[in-house]
Amino acid sequence: MKYLKLVSTFLLTIVVFFVLDTKLGSIPPIGKFLSPNQGVWQNEQDETISGTIQIDGLKNEVTIHYDEHLIPHIFAQNDEDLYRAQGYITAKHRLWQLEFQTFAAAGRLSEIVGEKALEYDREARRRGMGFGADNAIEKMKEDPKTLAYLEAYKEGINSYINQLTVANYPVEYKLLDYKPEPWTVKKTALLLMYMTKMLAGRDHDLEYTNTLRKFGKDRFDLLFPDFFDVNDPIIPKDTDWGFIDSEITETPQSEIPLDSIAATIEKPNPHNGSNNWAVSGDKSYSGHPILANDPHLGLNLPSIWFVMQLSTPQHNSFGATLPGALGIISGFNTHIAWGETNATRDVVDWYKIEFKDTSKKQYKYDGTWKNTSVRVEEIKIRNQKPYIDSVYYTHHGPVTYDETFKGNGQKEGYAMRWVGHIGGNNQRTFLELNEGKNYHDYLNAIKHYTAPAQNFVFASTDGDIALWIQGQFPNKWKGQGKFLMDGSNPDNDWQSFIPQEFNAHIKNPERGFVSSANQHPVDASYPFYVFNDGYETYRNRIINDFFRSKEKITIQDFKDLQNNNFNLKASELLPTIFENMDTSSLNSDEQEVYQQIKSWNFYSDINQLAPSIWETWWNKLFDITWDEFDVENVALDKPFTYQTIFMLKNHPNDAFMDIQSTPDKETANDLFLITFKETAKELKQWESEHGDYKWSDYKATFVGHILQALPAFSRFDIPIGGDYNTVNAAAKNHGPSWRMIVEMTSPPTALGIYPGGQSGNPGSKYYDNMIDQWAAGEYINLLFIQDQNNTEGIMATQTLTPKQ
Amino acid sequence: MNRTLLNFIATILLALILSQFFPWWSVMIAAFVTSLFLNLDRMAVFFVPFVAIFLFWAVYAFWLGNSNDFVLSKKIAVLLPLGGNVLLLILVTGLIGGFAAGVAAIFGKQCSLLVKRS
Repeated sequence: MKYLKLVSTFLLTIVVFFVLDTKLGSIPPIGKFLSPNQGVWQNEQDETISGTIQIDGLKNEVTIHYDEHLIPHIFAQNDEDLYRAQGYITAKHRLWQLEFQTFAAAGRLSEIVGEKALEYDREARRRGMGFGADNAIEKMKEDPKTLAYLEAYKEGINSYINQLTVANYPVEYKLLDYKPEPWTVKKTALLLMYMTKMLAGRDHDLEYTNTLRKFGKDRFDLLFPDFFDVNDPIIPKDTDWGFIDSEITETPQSEIPLDSIAATIEKPNPHNGSNNWAVSGDKSYSGHPILANDPHLGLNLPSIWFVMQLSTPQHNSFGATLPGALGIISGFNTHIAWGETNATRDVVDWYKIEFKDTSKKQYKYDGTWKNTSVRVEEIKIRNQKPYIDSVYYTHHGPVTYDETFKGNGQKEGYAMRWVGHIGGNNQRTFLELNEGKNYHDYLNAIKHYTAPAQNFVFASTDGDIALWIQGQFPNKWKGQGKFLMDGSNPDNDWQSFIPQEFNAHIKNPERGFVSSANQHPVDASYPFYVFNDGYETYRNRIINDFFRSKEKITIQDFKDLQNNNFNLKASELLPTIFENMDTSSLNSDEQEVYQQIKSWNFYSDINQLAPSIWETWWNKLFDITWDEFDVENVALDKPFTYQTIFMLKNHPNDAFMDIQSTPDKETANDLFLITFKETAKELKQWESEHGDYKWSDYKATFVGHILQALPAFSRFDIPIGGDYNTVNAAAKNHGPSWRMIVEMTSPPTALGIYPGGQSGNPGSKYYDNMIDQWAAGEYINLLFIQDQNNTEGIMATQTLTPKQ
Repeated sequence: MNRTLLNFIATILLALILSQFFPWWSVMIAAFVTSLFLNLDRMAVFFVPFVAIFLFWAVYAFWLGNSNDFVLSKKIAVLLPLGGNVLLLILVTGLIGGFAAGVAAIFGKQCSLLVKRS
């Protein structure tokens, strides 16, 4: 009996231990998690930002001043120490995010969250993320300086990780029950691939192939023109391209394989984009150029950006950094300022591959059989056996689609050709921008830059302003890469690249400003083929019209413009609707809603009702217009917003306006009325449940934690106006992720703000403290410290010293 | 000093010391060891270490949270989900630590009986 008791109490103890020490489903290991000496209670604090810490490998002492926003101002005596400190400080405030993003980039999320991430991981591997990162490392190794800084940054992060105990792991590690691993140079390369995927990983080739097959060439060209009927390009229309003397690739005879493709890999958010602009000294109220940048990305916590000052006796820079990459990405130094918007160029093409047999060892090319290579991807899965995915590579790139992954047959596949795979030293651009002193340095810095292609805006204290559309761009024949191509025909290969000096650019234009907002980079007079792959059509026109209309520009103008909620899209369609829609059948509720939107001034401000009506109405109208595109098992992308409105206004009786599920023949006017009635009904319903459908309440903008917006760590119902087509591009969970304004005084004077906070710890008051100011359109003064002994505005100082 | 009080204090002290070196389950070790050497009877076997560790964890948790205005605890209380109630989170924290300690103490008692009677 006593043995039975002994054994049973022993087992009970073991079971209790096991249950409290193990992650069960999504429940964290609750004993470990709640233990005050080891669990989340230990994260209930702000980071220590004073005192002295010994760091391995430092050459000299490094001083870190923190201002009231927890922005670190790093003062090092040499560049290696600077980037070592950048790594250390980034890890200190953002470790979990830093690492998690590279797991996502590499397709390793299954290691952390288990089998549910397997599809995501496979897609990342089959997209060649690791392949591209490997190629980037090879390029970076060619430059010993870049490599030395990458190593220093890596060791800085690892110095931080090595001194951690379980008790001070960031809270997400405790929640998911895993621990940080050492940082590597490859992780920086992976992070840069992640950005490339996010910004230059979009294409519609396979969807367009389906569209072409289904609707024919005439209909395709009508819906997806190379240029919309309005175009206010980044590089103005009157530019003389006479200096371009390289040959434009000739269009070969080739057939488009009209395959039927059921499903395609995930695309980045179509609203990823940005604004940037600069005005010249002549146009500026103070005589100094002024520059602004606001990248529009998913609104997440911890924020994608981490703001820092990076200083050595040789150079001094300030701005937004990306955790995982070195230097300042969008910012300024003593002499110059820079910022980016996405160039949105089509740098992904797809080739149909015919394998000789099911072994996939050879594929057809130029009349013979060419060997493939294979990259065996081992995907580790938490609590399970690893998944082995063999990805076959052709000279085009990885065969992403085959019969094991969204493909059609055992002897065929689709291979991806992507600039992201080529490899480039894109890190070097930012290292050199940090040190740049003038236009010449800026130009040299961006020359190395391959992907993701960006519109780099520039201003200097010398008085120059400029904008280059920089990236590595294939010199395509007209129409190349719009659709799936036959991968066995050498004519279909990318024949060459556009020489860097022929990338579209502009310097000190007479109009006194440069700007970009993801619109078409050029008009049709640019000699190289640039396909319209979803260029933005609204923000850019508001921005350019504003600068054209005003002689002198002030800082307040910049603020107002970044926060401008004018809804050009709505203003271009609604008058047509009001003119043509038959309102005689509206009931009293509908009449009320109709009057609300009819009296709208087209500003999507937070207290207005009309933007909610517009948003709901537009979405319904868009969907019903393109009901022909809702086909099961065929991947199709609907036409872009601009062309949709073009069709509604100019082709109201087109066959596309017909609703296929009804026997009647509808026209655009019918669609307006049908969708309006549905809208009124939906809004009245919403009103009865939630009260007034004021735009801020109805839109309910939120900033979500990176882990699927865990409600506990996210911020909801943020009162901000605008939508994804206004200059203030604040959509529901997407928008201006960093707003910056820099006036090129000596030294520059700058403002900035972002929807988050400097700390990655949900237990810190600096986790989300800037969100309210951001929503209100306010900015913080960026404290650009010139002398490290000047402690004005400093909250605390930490010293890093070499380890003795 | 009576044995109950002695056990109570020893459990807390030992847990405090062991938690400097071992993970969360140091409270189970503390209760187990104390129970081996300071035998209690019946319900007290479980409840004395239970209350000891309950207090240790709850007070320590409260102290950590209080020093930071419970910024994180409020969020964890939403996550778990405890309706955002921090006091409930502290209570759960104490209960879990106490329960684990109590169970380990029962096992400790059984082990001590084995030694004594043989």
